[in-house]
Amino acid sequence: MFDVAWLLFALPAVGALVILLLGTRLPFKVVGWTASAAVMATFGVAAALYFGLLALPVDQRSVTIVYWQWMTIGNFQVPAAILIDPLSVLMALVVTGVGALIHIYSIGYMAHEERYQRYFFYLNFFILAMLTLVMSNNFLGMFVGWEGVGLASYLLIGFWFDRRDDMYGWYADAGKKAFIVNRIGDFGMLVAMFLIWSSLGTLVFTDLGEAVHGLAPAAATTICLLLLLGAAGKSAQIPLYVWLPDAMAGPTPVSALIHAATMVTAGVYMIVRTNALWHMSETAMLTAAWIGALTSLFAASIALVQTDLKKILAYSTVSQLGYMVMAVGLGAFGPAMFHLTAHAFFKALLFLAAGSVMHATSGVLDIRRLGGLRKKMPATYWTFAIGAAALAGIIPFSGFFSKDALLVAALEKNLAIYLVEIVAALLTAFYSFRAFFVTFHGRPRDEQLYAHVHESPQIMTIPLWILAALSVVAGLLNLPFILTLDKWLAPVVGAHEKINITIELLGILISIIISFFGLLMAWALYVRRESWPQRLARPFRFLQPMLENKWYIDEVYNMAIVGPLKAAAGWFARFFDPKIIDGAVNAVGEVAIDSGEAVRKLQNGAVPTYAFSIFLGVVAVVLYFVFAH
Amino acid sequence: MDFAMIFFILVGALSVGAAVGVVTAKVAVHSALFLLTHFVTLAILYITLDAQFLGAAQVIVYAGGIVILILFVLMLVGSENLDTRAGYRSWVPYAGLGLGAVLVAALGFAMLQTPLNPPVLPANLGGIPPVVGVYLYSQGILLVELVAVLLLVALLGALLLARRNPQEQDEGRGR
Amino acid sequence: MVATNFYLILGAIIFAIGAVGVLSRRNALIIFMCVEMMLNSVNLTLIALSRQWNNLNGQMFVFVIMAVAAAEVAVGLAVLVSHFHHTKTANIDDINVLKW
Repeated sequence: MFDVAWLLFALPAVGALVILLLGTRLPFKVVGWTASAAVMATFGVAAALYFGLLALPVDQRSVTIVYWQWMTIGNFQVPAAILIDPLSVLMALVVTGVGALIHIYSIGYMAHEERYQRYFFYLNFFILAMLTLVMSNNFLGMFVGWEGVGLASYLLIGFWFDRRDDMYGWYADAGKKAFIVNRIGDFGMLVAMFLIWSSLGTLVFTDLGEAVHGLAPAAATTICLLLLLGAAGKSAQIPLYVWLPDAMAGPTPVSALIHAATMVTAGVYMIVRTNALWHMSETAMLTAAWIGALTSLFAASIALVQTDLKKILAYSTVSQLGYMVMAVGLGAFGPAMFHLTAHAFFKALLFLAAGSVMHATSGVLDIRRLGGLRKKMPATYWTFAIGAAALAGIIPFSGFFSKDALLVAALEKNLAIYLVEIVAALLTAFYSFRAFFVTFHGRPRDEQLYAHVHESPQIMTIPLWILAALSVVAGLLNLPFILTLDKWLAPVVGAHEKINITIELLGILISIIISFFGLLMAWALYVRRESWPQRLARPFRFLQPMLENKWYIDEVYNMAIVGPLKAAAGWFARFFDPKIIDGAVNAVGEVAIDSGEAVRKLQNGAVPTYAFSIFLGVVAVVLYFVFAH
Repeated sequence: MDFAMIFFILVGALSVGAAVGVVTAKVAVHSALFLLTHFVTLAILYITLDAQFLGAAQVIVYAGGIVILILFVLMLVGSENLDTRAGYRSWVPYAGLGLGAVLVAALGFAMLQTPLNPPVLPANLGGIPPVVGVYLYSQGILLVELVAVLLLVALLGALLLARRNPQEQDEGRGR
Repeated sequence: MVATNFYLILGAIIFAIGAVGVLSRRNALIIFMCVEMMLNSVNLTLIALSRQWNNLNGQMFVFVIMAVAAAEVAVGLAVLVSHFHHTKTANIDDINVLKW
């Protein structure tokens, strides 16, 4: 059963290569379906691995397949090996499953795009890199995938590199921003890897569990904080989340696949994968929990006032990732993976629905110009509704169960974090329905635009419906008290801790109330136009300009980091490089030229002077032998 | 002072005088004639050094071959006074003279430090032709071969250089 | 018997005179003659030392030098004549393209 594991990499690689080599000769549909078929087949392989694991006894569900020794330097050995265990198979299923749906959706969405071969090549390449990331059994292999998905992300954010508008500036610059901010996180990852190697002597995940027992607490804290920096870069946490909103410059299916469902969850996956290390450091876990909690509140507050549909979803992604990081920080690894999975479904759904809107409005996503789309786009309307309900945590959609699992874990372990998360949950419910109501209800605000709106073709709506169904039923994966997913993951992350039933029920009750309250507020404000939510919000009015400017974080970063760096770079470019570096180099050349100018006077072509030089040498040699010898 | 020494001084003085004449003569043909004298005096000195074969070769090759060749070329090129002084290297002759003096002084000093008196040899063991010939064609055979090749190459080289360019000849004919 | 030293000093003097001639004359042919003189001074030295050490190899050297001198004269004069065809001069100061 596990013999087919190599196909996980071979299939997307073959798909990518076929498109790369033959793409320009093939019609659009063939290219799209080739890429999609490759990913669907990969999903089949992942499913086969899943059933293979299922057939094994619980305590043997960790299969390492070593293909070859990748590098051997002294006693530093890294195998090219994959690890098949419940965690990696879950991730592989999510990546290939959601990935396949988004590939199919893209066939419809990118139909009018000229560079479609390039698009599908990037997409297949992304799947390959993401599978490398999740399947590798060691840090170095994971890092290869980590950088691979970063590259794919960069290429796809800047896919329309030749476009520019007021929101993103040059689209290519948005890609650069993502890439550069991620480098900061990668720095943390690399240093953490060095430290792990030097202190534990292994980079293989399955060896961590035994190796960490000898680790000093300070070293464990340092390593975990550096890993957290890496996760913050990839999973868009404070302080490195700034790239994700700009990443929306890419095509919408890309936002769904990379910047909502899969790549950005790599940080969470990495922390869960290295949970043995994290158990060694209370400090690092608490830091992670607070960073996650603050990120979720912070991003949710910004999402409240955004007017671009994709930006709202982007900030909500940051916020939901914050929930996951908070959960892993509190040691709730199973619930974090549960939320990761459910989030992959409903956030991909929301993005694809937003893409469907974008498709209908020829690119307009400003919710102030939309409205009343319900009648013209019923499929998009209903699927978006399901996605928004799941995001808001309305019972019984998947988001409710997954978020509730996190909130209950927080309620039991850390009340302060729980309160922060409850506020964030309220904001989440409010902004998701704000986006929904403003976009789909009410009267059209832009009649001209509205006139051209049409429902998307079936190739786009069918993936939407599949994802909507998944968003509804994904809660079944891990119902409270049944905990299928937690038990499945138990071999990797340890058994689920028993939670007091009173706390569990209290948490569920509060979650239900909070989500419905948020829904109600949005409904009252944007559908019924009642005034009580405004009165309720009046004490917080002073926050509005702050929120609309996203807490001025970009401006602060610009002033504190980008500005000085640019000034320093400018100084180096204007003065240091031309004067000192080039000066030194040119000086060497000028010395050679000048000395050559001086010496070439000797070479005047008059043979007697040459003869004279020779004669001078002869006399000197004779004098040496006569007198000095 | 024996006869041999007196003879050496006379011939040596003649040789040096001829050499100075080569360098100082105003007319190139006179230089060539001084050179001829010089070569002949050297041939005599070779014979006093028991190198009879080389003395003969000296007369044949230098006096009889090279000087004649130089005279031919002088006639071809024209022996008009070419010593129009160019100012920019006027210091070279004087510096050369100084250096020559230094060289002679240094070598003379070295020679006088260690007197070298030759062994007295039986008359037939010097450089008489039978001895040299046997030596050349036994131990020196490779040398002879190489010299032969060198002379052949020089012959061909001279031929190639002195020959007019065929294209130029054609153009000349065309004109 | 004349001591070898005197022959060597005579060789040195002739060599110096030849060298001064090479440096001071303009006529390429006279420079040629001076070079021949310098070669001959070395020949004299070699023959004197050959007698001194009772070794015929010195005379073999002279033999080779004579051959080389003959070859050199043949080629050198050919170069000179060929050059003269182009420039109508044998003045060494006008032959100065061999630079930079």
